[in-house]
Amino acid sequence: MNAAPLLDVDALTMRFGGLLAVDTLSFTAFKHDITAIIGPNGAGKTTVFNCLTGFYRPSAGRLGLHRDDRIMALERMDGWRIARDGGVARTFQNIRLFPGMTVLENLMVAQHKTLMRASGWTLGGLFGIGPYRGAEKAGIEKARLWLERIGLLTSADLDAGTLPYGAQRRLEIARAMCTDPLLLCLDEPAAGLNPRESAELNQLLLAIRERDKIGILLIEHDMKVVMGISDRIVVLDYGRKIAEGTPAEIRANPAVIKAYLGEPEA
Amino acid sequence: MSYFLQQLINGLALGAIYGLIAIGYTMVYGIIGMINFAHGEIYMIGAFVSLITFLVLGLVGISYIPLALTIVLISAVGFTSFYGWTVERIAYRPLRGSFRLAPLISAIGMSIFLQNYVQLLQGARVKTLPPVIQGGFQLMETNGFVVQVSYLQLMIVGVTVALMAGFTVMIAATPLGRAQRACEQDMTMAALLGINVDRTISTTFVIGAALAAVAGMMVTMYYGVIDFFIGFLAGMKAFTAAVLGGIGSLPGAMLGGLLIGLIEAFWSGYFSSAYKDVAVFGILILVLILRPSGLLGRPEIEKV
Repeated sequence: MNAAPLLDVDALTMRFGGLLAVDTLSFTAFKHDITAIIGPNGAGKTTVFNCLTGFYRPSAGRLGLHRDDRIMALERMDGWRIARDGGVARTFQNIRLFPGMTVLENLMVAQHKTLMRASGWTLGGLFGIGPYRGAEKAGIEKARLWLERIGLLTSADLDAGTLPYGAQRRLEIARAMCTDPLLLCLDEPAAGLNPRESAELNQLLLAIRERDKIGILLIEHDMKVVMGISDRIVVLDYGRKIAEGTPAEIRANPAVIKAYLGEPEA
Repeated sequence: MSYFLQQLINGLALGAIYGLIAIGYTMVYGIIGMINFAHGEIYMIGAFVSLITFLVLGLVGISYIPLALTIVLISAVGFTSFYGWTVERIAYRPLRGSFRLAPLISAIGMSIFLQNYVQLLQGARVKTLPPVIQGGFQLMETNGFVVQVSYLQLMIVGVTVALMAGFTVMIAATPLGRAQRACEQDMTMAALLGINVDRTISTTFVIGAALAAVAGMMVTMYYGVIDFFIGFLAGMKAFTAAVLGGIGSLPGAMLGGLLIGLIEAFWSGYFSSAYKDVAVFGILILVLILRPSGLLGRPEIEKV
């Protein structure tokens, strides 16, 4: 596999009062890899994401993102900077589209950084001058490409909130991809999907890894998805890493089996 | 008929001004869900800056009207925007994420502060400005009653229409407008897409203040008298306009402003100008009872 590291999580610790939600967690996610984070409910998976995307300031530890030959310390950056300058995008367990904006606009908002710059901080956009027209055209084209990839081209002008559940999930991923991320964090993207939709999701994620050459961090309970597409798996239990390895290694790991199924009676 | 027409013209000019102020209320409410009660004072500051700039221009002897108007416009918009930005920065931003009433109380405090501040600096007396743009033309004449449209009224309506058109384009089709609408729906998510939420909110305040400054400038020229207290009543009426149109809705604010202006003009024309404010605020009460979401507003939906 590709050996270039993308994200170094180094002794990440998140404490809420007396509760240790994440306990000295270290792992590395590689470029162009799908890294899954799995574990029983309450293991601290979403907390890791919240630290990564600036929701929480970690109690201790470092989050180093490799970008253009330098390392950005995500634990010290504001959320919007992590997204804009770091290139970390994320989706949520409970979908958070902008329901009152159209499908197309949801994808245009995600390209805020590029379009804002091209519009000369709004004035150019207001009068339709300067490089803005071209940039907006390119933005719409990019959004159209993504709508094609997720099969929503005919729904472009509908309000995002009116889409069926599975389509909203795919749109949320497309929106995250429109920010041009280096690292895409997906929080249970297969939750609530039927088997067919979940298979489509697998295809979409594999295609993103192949075509867009970015790293994906994946929290997921659906083992078909996890085992089917992950390159590496990190297993958490009570905030601690109990195993790390390829899907085959994880499947055979006794500590993992114990955490999921409990100890066999003697 | 001609009397009716004259009231219509007066009402449109007045309504245009209310509409410009109302946009500031509705935009801020849309994006952070608070009523910026200091907005009327921002408008009052716009009027004062205009007056002072006019007087200074008179002193240095710039009498070419288009040039004078441009300079006053730039000065009023510039200073007033700065006030709008500062008020947000020191009175509202530190309270973001606090309980809902906190910024509202802060806004009322800011409003009182700004009134007293201008009163101290400029005195409590009414200030006057000699007419800058005079004249107009007669539209028609029936039974000795002349229907007049002044150039100033034309300018007020023209400027307002132009600003509102530009504003509508900005909200619908520029990245800033999209970011504002995104922040309105889900600030956290907007930040995760790389949008600087704090700056977007600041910009909203600046734009609201700039529009209020234009309104203040036009009122100064229209009536020729201002004092430190004009922001209160105008602000309340513009707020009524925003509620009437549906707070949070931009076309609503424009429509509401227009309706309030017309109601005021017709009430003064046909009943009694002493009770025009009663009529306007009576409307506010009726709207709140009969149609709380306003004419063009969407009913409030709980965010999940």
